[in-house]
Amino acid sequence: MKLKQLQSFLEDLDVFDSPNIELEQYPTTPHLAAQALFTACSYGDIEDQSVVDLGCGCGVLSVASTLMGAGHVIGVDIDESALAIAQGNVEEFEDMHIDLVQCDIVNNMQQLSRLKADTVVMNPPFGTRCKGADIAFLKAGFAIASKAVYSLHKSSTRAHVLRVAETELGATKAEVVAEMRYDISASYKFHKEKSKDIAVDFLRFELPGREE
Amino acid sequence: MRLLTHNMLANNAKGVTKGFPLGLEVTAVETKEAEFNPDFLKKMVPKLEWGAFCEAAAVIGVTGFPTAVTPDLFEDEAFLKKFHNALLEVHVEEGVLICPESGRRFAINKGIPNMLLNEDEC
Repeated sequence: MKLKQLQSFLEDLDVFDSPNIELEQYPTTPHLAAQALFTACSYGDIEDQSVVDLGCGCGVLSVASTLMGAGHVIGVDIDESALAIAQGNVEEFEDMHIDLVQCDIVNNMQQLSRLKADTVVMNPPFGTRCKGADIAFLKAGFAIASKAVYSLHKSSTRAHVLRVAETELGATKAEVVAEMRYDISASYKFHKEKSKDIAVDFLRFELPGREE
Repeated sequence: MRLLTHNMLANNAKGVTKGFPLGLEVTAVETKEAEFNPDFLKKMVPKLEWGAFCEAAAVIGVTGFPTAVTPDLFEDEAFLKKFHNALLEVHVEEGVLICPESGRRFAINKGIPNMLLNEDEC
């Protein structure tokens, strides 16, 4: 699948009707998601691999992973209404298989203790409203993945995120694989400008191959 | 929820020490064709708790799996097709997951299991 083709498929997906600010729900834009999954695929981390999408929201990264040839995809989110939209998005495609699970990643991670995948992809909360949510997601990702974790973070938190991944979570490699602009259109009332570009990093963390 | 996902869910609420495998009750299933990928299936076998998979497969109506997977079965097309169907094509749309220790029930609505815990459970 070509990058443009992937992006155009993702443009047809539905996103949050009424995003929940406490969960920092922002839709992953088609452009961002397509770039992200295309990059992950180039490392051999998607095709024929099992993938978990943490904080999947409306399922944009889950759908993108499936379109790029993932063997099995599970999307996890706390929010029932987001999951319902994700389910609807999955059903728009013929023969698309994505399993969705409702779970609280920040507070009930123990419920996912058996969840395993080759690769974890995520666009977690940036931790702006709920301090530490970004790192809690990262920890969950490291517990689930056996090969690689991909995650979007604000570029302003880069040093912190890389340090935590390398010193606390045991990443054997942590690198910025893409620098992107996240166009957060006025999703919430407190956004004064109509559209705001935030600098984000797409990070790739390699894990010490635990299984293979 | 397909059985591969069922195999990776557990209940670890406060006080529960053996929350796996979760019992399965189904009221609605849907079968959707998926691409047959023998290599992916072979890769998944060692990651599965085989006994739990066989029990869940019986609930969705697929019986007769061997008690263990031996390498010769990977050459057995009929086995692989049946395994593929039970693992990746049958979706549990409505049902319940049940903790083997506490009996706590987790609903599956519209294909999505709800594993959220109440405050007093974590």
